[in-house]
Amino acid sequence: MNVLAATHHIVGPYIEWRAFSPLIVLVAGGLIVLLVGLLRPAAIREQIVPALTVLAFLVALAAEIWVYHHHPRGKAGFCLIAGPGCSSAPLAMDRLALELDMLFAVAGIAATLMSWRAVAPRESGHGEYSALLLFSVFGMSVFASSQNLITLFLGIELLSIPLYILCASETRREGSLESGLKYLVVGSVGSATLVYGLGLVYGATGSTDFATIGNALSQSKLAGGSLGSPMVFTGLGLIIVGFAFKASVAPFHQWTPDVYEGAPTPITAFMATATKAAALAAFLRFFDVAAIGAQNTWAPLLATIAAITIVVGNVGALGQSSLKRMLGYSGVAQAGYMLTGVIVGTRLGVQATVLYLMAYLAMNLAPFAVIVAEEHERPDGDYLSGLAGLGARRPWLAWPMTIGMLGLAGIPGTIGFIGKFQLISALVSGDYTWLAIVLVIGSMISLGYYLRVVATIWMRPPVALTAPVASAGAGPATGPGTGELAPIAGASPEADEWEEGPGAAGAGLAHPQLIFVAVAFAAATIFFGIFPAPLFHLASHAANALTGLL
Amino acid sequence: MTLSILIWLPLAVGLLAALAPRPLVGQVSAVGSLATLGVAISFLVRFKLGHAGLQFVTDKMWISALGIHYKLGLDGLNVALVVLTAILFSVSIVWCAMREWDRPRSFYFHFGLAESAVLGAFCAQDLALFVAFFDLMLIPFYFMVGMWGSGERVRATTKLVIYTLVGSFFMLAAAIATGVLAAGDNHTSLNFALSALRGLPLPHASQDWIFLCFAFAFLVKMPLVPFHGWLVDGYKSMPIPAVAVFSGVVSKVAAYGFLRIVLPLFPYASAHFQTLMLLIALVSIIWGTLAAFTTPDARLVVAYSSVAQLSFITLGIFSLRPTGAQGALLQMLNHGLVTAPLFFIVAAAAARAGGSELLADMGGIAFRAPVLAALALIVTLATLAMPGSSNFVGEFMILLGVFQAKSAISVIAFVGVVGAAVYALRLFITAFHNRTGPNVASRELALPDVAAIAPIVLIILVLAFYPQFGLRRSEPSVRAAVAPAQFQAGALGTPRRVALR
Repeated sequence: MNVLAATHHIVGPYIEWRAFSPLIVLVAGGLIVLLVGLLRPAAIREQIVPALTVLAFLVALAAEIWVYHHHPRGKAGFCLIAGPGCSSAPLAMDRLALELDMLFAVAGIAATLMSWRAVAPRESGHGEYSALLLFSVFGMSVFASSQNLITLFLGIELLSIPLYILCASETRREGSLESGLKYLVVGSVGSATLVYGLGLVYGATGSTDFATIGNALSQSKLAGGSLGSPMVFTGLGLIIVGFAFKASVAPFHQWTPDVYEGAPTPITAFMATATKAAALAAFLRFFDVAAIGAQNTWAPLLATIAAITIVVGNVGALGQSSLKRMLGYSGVAQAGYMLTGVIVGTRLGVQATVLYLMAYLAMNLAPFAVIVAEEHERPDGDYLSGLAGLGARRPWLAWPMTIGMLGLAGIPGTIGFIGKFQLISALVSGDYTWLAIVLVIGSMISLGYYLRVVATIWMRPPVALTAPVASAGAGPATGPGTGELAPIAGASPEADEWEEGPGAAGAGLAHPQLIFVAVAFAAATIFFGIFPAPLFHLASHAANALTGLL
Repeated sequence: MTLSILIWLPLAVGLLAALAPRPLVGQVSAVGSLATLGVAISFLVRFKLGHAGLQFVTDKMWISALGIHYKLGLDGLNVALVVLTAILFSVSIVWCAMREWDRPRSFYFHFGLAESAVLGAFCAQDLALFVAFFDLMLIPFYFMVGMWGSGERVRATTKLVIYTLVGSFFMLAAAIATGVLAAGDNHTSLNFALSALRGLPLPHASQDWIFLCFAFAFLVKMPLVPFHGWLVDGYKSMPIPAVAVFSGVVSKVAAYGFLRIVLPLFPYASAHFQTLMLLIALVSIIWGTLAAFTTPDARLVVAYSSVAQLSFITLGIFSLRPTGAQGALLQMLNHGLVTAPLFFIVAAAAARAGGSELLADMGGIAFRAPVLAALALIVTLATLAMPGSSNFVGEFMILLGVFQAKSAISVIAFVGVVGAAVYALRLFITAFHNRTGPNVASRELALPDVAAIAPIVLIILVLAFYPQFGLRRSEPSVRAAVAPAQFQAGALGTPRRVALR
């Protein structure tokens, strides 16, 4: 009681709990899942834990939507969450942050559903696996809503460390461990570079707060003072490099295909969508708010990088035979597209980037779900050649894959077309027509590999799986043969037995949750491609959250 | 009844067919396509003559943030083409429905999607909407060639799609730039409706590069000569009904795009690049004619003749004279009506020649299938623009227009008319007369072929007697579309004449 009485006098920071609720839900959910995962019965670990994880994400999503509609009114003074009358807070739960949080939560739900009955959580522990996913989303939320150099760095570490572990969560497969280690090393280099850059910017401007940094940068630029100095330039350059590692922007993308290929596919899907979104949110937050005054300094640099990224990503994807590697390179290219919206630095540009982030989520998750489903069934599920004849074999997987690929290629009728349209119009109106042309040329190159996937699905005869005996049955006969397949490479004997159960039970609907994820995101790709108005509303709200834009 | 029903009905039928029980899929699609044709004809009947403006307008905001409208409308430029589209698609689908297809559900779905996209591209009155339909059009053909094509189908379809989508992506960038620059220069909000863009002229320098992007996309789609790399593989691999509609209407969308979008929106650039376009068309006419005359493959004769005919159409459009443009529009209709039955005839002839489409394997079919030969003769005579046919009227008007603009080019283009007679007669004679081919079977036309060829031949005959049917509706709209470019061409021409004096 004495302790309580003593603390009574201390005035703690003002915290707008309502705005903070999504973050609390994520952390609490993570802890609960971790504890439930310790329980003995297998049914609890394999069914209840993922269900609880999805539930936690859903509650977080609900909280985010609730906060989105009841915008918090903060008080003056030191506060944790910025609001009206609370200018310098380390976190801002504005609409940009909330929308991205929803995005992360959706990606988290998809990743959880994809990991259901997968190898990774079984080998690393269901509770730990799911809890790390939740903690990573928490880190992303912090990262995306940071208003301060310190929270920015905290966010990037909070989101990265769980991902390092998750990449290596298939502990009995060499590739997965390699992927985790690689990501750890490269990610640490990125973080170190970032923190150095942050330090230099702090040194030059004397503040860690974005708004204050923004004022300092724009004023000194007007005054022609020392801040147009090499120090700011170096600082901004190092920050770009740090973010570029996370967003896998060329020439800091080399880790992407390796890590994507090695990591468990649900984690790859999660990294490809959520991590990329978080990194681009940081680009938006830092460059279009804090450093907007120094746009002349960083815009040429970033524009060059974006152009290189678009070309390198698309050319790199052309020769890939592993789908995950291909999607990794395609993700590099797409990051380049999204970065162009940041470079323009106008309201339109921010809108375009946010819109494209949402589009990118839907277009990528559908193909990843298909890859996971294929990996459950055949050893070459990750390979392009394994997709041959999928159209005849599994139309419910073939269509989502096709739609995802056409969307990424930017074909009309999909959200990818709308996203590219918006990006190009932002670029042209922001006097970056040359970058728009680069984007268009990148899209042309990308046709080469996206259409190859579609052609393989629909136009190549199915390949025999294991023995030539199976090939006698021709196309659709793969279904009954599933029970005899070699399971996923590298799994333990116990895992093999486990794997055969559902495979033999029924080939068509062995993994309804995967088909659900694939079909849902493919449907979203088409639906929002035809009726994009809701996404435009969201994007414009997000852009309005960033003040000081043209 | 709005145009939305017309353009989305085929897709709805395609989806319905995808859900129908397997034996009924073809019939559902055939009935649906005939219903679409009925709707199209009802618009033709209700179309009011003598108006230059749009009729049956549907105008809704599609994406308000970008100023993109869902705007559809008919005028003299597209009403005949819409009906042509419905006719050719119904004929092709009926032809298909009387045959067995592998994976019929996907097949008819893609066919329906293709028809919706083509009709949408013809009806669209918003630049962004047009671009969207123009690109979308390609996707079903990608699948049709890749899944039901013959020979090196995957290679062919990849080539086809990459060639045309590269053009389309340039066009996408150019279209967005058109809207954004027009709004920026005139300080208005973004609006992609064609009617709004027509009132906001672009600076000359922007018009130039935008024109080139559009022209590239359209020339690839037609295709004209330096951009025809995909043609041989693509046309050779496509299943017959697909190639009939592709050559019949899909390639026309590109020519129509020049009249609908390029000439009214970029009049300065159209006049500036007039000579270039005319020369490209001229080279294509000569190349297409020579290639059609020398190729040993019957299907490719039709394919190359298509190149020559589309070059004629381009020639007419870039005469920048109402006469030439009207001739071009009439010729689009005529060519669509001859090329589709020619492909069916080639298929029928090949079926009697042991499945080979080589001219050397055909021959003498006229004595084994006289009705087929008679129909083929009518179509052939129409193709070579026999005086008395509607094609003659079209080509005459085109050459007249070009003669008014650039007489030298028109003189050379006359060679193409002669060439058409040579290759068309060569096709007919070697396939249907001459020495009888080694494996030619004696079989008269079967019902599916009659159903596909006879109605179109009937329409060709009607048009031959009454070409005014096509001309009357289009005249005011064509005048309005060509006027700004014609004015610019005059303005560009004048100073030079002054200087010469």
